[in-house]
Amino acid sequence: MTNNKMGPPASGGPTEENQVGQRPLAEGLYRVVDGAPRLLGGRRKSDGKYAFPLPQGGDAALYDPVELASEGTLWSYTVQRFRPKTPYAGPDGAAFRPYAVGYVELPGQIIVESHIATDDFNALKIGLPVRLTLIPFRQDPDGTQVMIYGFEAAA
Amino acid sequence: MTDVHIVGAGIHPFGRHDDKSGLDQGVFAVHEALADAGIAWSDIQFAFGGSSAAGNADAVLPRLGLTGVQFINVANGCATGGSAILSGYWAIKSGEFDLGLVVGFDKHPRGAFNADPEEWGLPAWYGEAGMMLTTQFFAMKIQRYMGLHGIGVETLGLIAEKAFQNGAKTPHAWRREPVGLNTIMNSDMVSDPLTKFMFCAPAEGGAALILASDRKMRELGLAGPKIRSAAVRTRVNGSFEVFSPSLEIERGPSPTEIASKAAYELAGLGPTDIDVIQIQDTESGAEIMHMAENGFCAHGEQEKLIRDGATRIGGAMPINTDGGCLACGEPVGASGLRQVYENVQQLRGRADGRGVEGARIGYSQVYGAPGLSAVAILEA
Repeated sequence: MTNNKMGPPASGGPTEENQVGQRPLAEGLYRVVDGAPRLLGGRRKSDGKYAFPLPQGGDAALYDPVELASEGTLWSYTVQRFRPKTPYAGPDGAAFRPYAVGYVELPGQIIVESHIATDDFNALKIGLPVRLTLIPFRQDPDGTQVMIYGFEAAA
Repeated sequence: MTDVHIVGAGIHPFGRHDDKSGLDQGVFAVHEALADAGIAWSDIQFAFGGSSAAGNADAVLPRLGLTGVQFINVANGCATGGSAILSGYWAIKSGEFDLGLVVGFDKHPRGAFNADPEEWGLPAWYGEAGMMLTTQFFAMKIQRYMGLHGIGVETLGLIAEKAFQNGAKTPHAWRREPVGLNTIMNSDMVSDPLTKFMFCAPAEGGAALILASDRKMRELGLAGPKIRSAAVRTRVNGSFEVFSPSLEIERGPSPTEIASKAAYELAGLGPTDIDVIQIQDTESGAEIMHMAENGFCAHGEQEKLIRDGATRIGGAMPINTDGGCLACGEPVGASGLRQVYENVQQLRGRADGRGVEGARIGYSQVYGAPGLSAVAILEA
């Protein structure tokens, strides 16, 4: 079993109870709205073209931040069978588990690369309907659970 | 405009050489190429050279002799070797020079390449999340391609099987033992659907070519294949390339498709004119996709051609006659030059035991990060 998804993550607001012990791998990747995660992308002001992640630095001014669609289809996928070298910052040693990654087509918007949460790698196939979720990525030394965006099969 | 010929070719065998630096292997290849042409280092008027992980290419100069020759270091990702040839070809075609050297060498650490997101203009989290791996990219690219075109996994195995068969006949190859299809299919899965034996490994090696104008070649009493064309192209919108956190839904042509088209046009030749083919096989799937992207078949026709043996030596379109990257490994700076070296051997009838009978036109294509492809077409 791998990439077990966790329950609904903390909302954007500072509600003490569910904020404790969790953080995203990086700021600005997603936000949680009404208990459901939304990926944050950008739309180019000049032509409406979508981008992910939201461009930073010199290009940032050219884009409006947008929430991307939360449902789409699996465009391609693979399984990372060995633990990557640095800069990979996931679990090491015996804690490492192979994980699935893929590209997910968000209709009319963009294709995003993502972890794919599944208990069965063999169930992955191109065209599989998927929806956005949050996946536990690793634990910090202080016990904080680090979360990453991912997609899972839509029921 | 003058024609440009390859009048000398040298190589340091690819593989692992713990007792030699990358530079040693580059210098060795240059000496071999000079000896092949029967000329002296002091005759060389210009040089282009590249190395990705083994230092500056022009570090060969003190070893070869400080003649004052103009030497330009070429750095163009995985197409560094292909770009060095193109530069040398232009230098002579322009009429500026008559005789020059292109050289490439490398020596990579063992194991898969690991990339620093910052160097690629990407956020740190992308690397930390374990999504910035070339192996994943290749796996996802062929996974989608096989799904779209109905190609089965055994075809991936057949490509690797052929590579090791050809490598066994090639003195400059690294892997010189045939590997059975069952072993290939059942070896460790790296990134589904690609197993360990379906991936090439970063390696070491050096290759060098001596280029001459038509006039200089005759003056020196030399001979060698003519470069009918050379072209490098980079990615366009909608191309599926390595290290992409997102892709556009609207898909576009690959850099290989546009480089190939440009090279055919410049040469006035088409895919059916080609007798011997070297194409980028970073992993088995790349050879499948590049067969179509270089015009040798339509998308989806590969499986039948491969099963029927068309891509083996003796088949209608022999591909990667020296075992390609799968059997030779991939020292980035030298890899594209190794392909041209092999075509020179084929066209000069020197590819003992792996020769393509009567081969007159040779085609080579090197592809890699960050999304570029280099093609060279030679005529005996």
